[in-house]
Amino acid sequence: MRGRIRRILLGGLAALLACLGAGAAFAEPEDDRLRLETFFRKQFPDLQAEQYVHGAMLFDPEAMAQYRSIMEFPPFAGEVEKGELLWRTPMQSALTYADCLPNGGRMIAGNYPMFDETKGRVVTLEDAINACRVANNEAPYQHGDPATMGALTAYLRSLSDGMKMNIRVESEGARRAFEDGRKTFYARVGQLNFSCASCHVDNAGNRLRGEILSPAIGQATHWPVFRGGDQLLTLQARYASCHRLARHVPDALGSTRYNNLEYFHSYLSNGLPLRASVFRK
Amino acid sequence: MRFRAFFMIGMLALAPVLPALAQKADKSPPGKAVAFSQEKGNCLSCHGFPSLADAEQTGNSGPPIIAMSARFPDRAALRAKIWDAGAGNPAAFMPPFGRHRILTEEEIDQVVDFLLGL
Repeated sequence: MRGRIRRILLGGLAALLACLGAGAAFAEPEDDRLRLETFFRKQFPDLQAEQYVHGAMLFDPEAMAQYRSIMEFPPFAGEVEKGELLWRTPMQSALTYADCLPNGGRMIAGNYPMFDETKGRVVTLEDAINACRVANNEAPYQHGDPATMGALTAYLRSLSDGMKMNIRVESEGARRAFEDGRKTFYARVGQLNFSCASCHVDNAGNRLRGEILSPAIGQATHWPVFRGGDQLLTLQARYASCHRLARHVPDALGSTRYNNLEYFHSYLSNGLPLRASVFRK
Repeated sequence: MRFRAFFMIGMLALAPVLPALAQKADKSPPGKAVAFSQEKGNCLSCHGFPSLADAEQTGNSGPPIIAMSARFPDRAALRAKIWDAGAGNPAAFMPPFGRHRILTEEEIDQVVDFLLGL
């Protein structure tokens, strides 16, 4: 009798510890996001969560008005149409991207970057496109190339408009990639010694000269952007540009470091609606 | 002939004074150019300069530059802050101008002189 009680107690204790262990292993990415969400809510009590997709325009009503009027007839619509043509053109194998991507490519962008368990690494939507191309006897596109990868993703991501960002970190490998992304996000780099967080957490809403710094939450939801209405810029090209501004040598786009950064950075926008492609000044 | 000799002597006597006169005509201290340059100090990126009319469209990520000699009675403390703001405050946003050699030691001294006059 006594032995049985002991066994039950020990079993219960073991189960409890297992739960706690699992909790400790997988709760942390969400803690990161919640910590930032709480920080920004204190800084900007009047802002609603969904508004964060508007970035620096949150703090500049004039820029917001300009954005709304430009988005009625976007000057870059022709570029997105070129992307649609790329999307519809069959590859060497006669298959299209819609045949190759999950769900025909619709409402999937919010799942990327994802951690691919078989490859053991983070896969961005751009990586998924290139995997399609290679599997269908086409050469991969250059990641930041506005005419190919840029235009194609400008269209493809528009098929996920309204989808909520839904990045998952569910394995030890995924967690390691997430940690690596977090490290890049908070690491000070370059001659000017800035981290992503120096500007987009600590100084979000402040100005550098006339430029308002956008908050990190919401940033990953609306790429590519068309700067000035016609210059297509992908998210990772923006990372490279930030790194150059800090006088840090940027990575090649699609590097493991940038992919892991995009994984962490996109997670911060979980639950926010996607929209592609958008105008930015 | 004699007039020409006098003229030459007069010019020679003036020669050491001329650069000083030229400097007086341009009243801005050398540190100002360093502070305003985008490639060098780029101080206006983050700091307002309320007492300078030509400091336009300044940022607001750092505190405004005003009453500097009152705020920094110790010149060395101001210099140290510019040299490496992170030494006293690891969360500092300000780049370590000396430690990362963004400015030369001489340029930092010039900037300190300029700032203490504001």
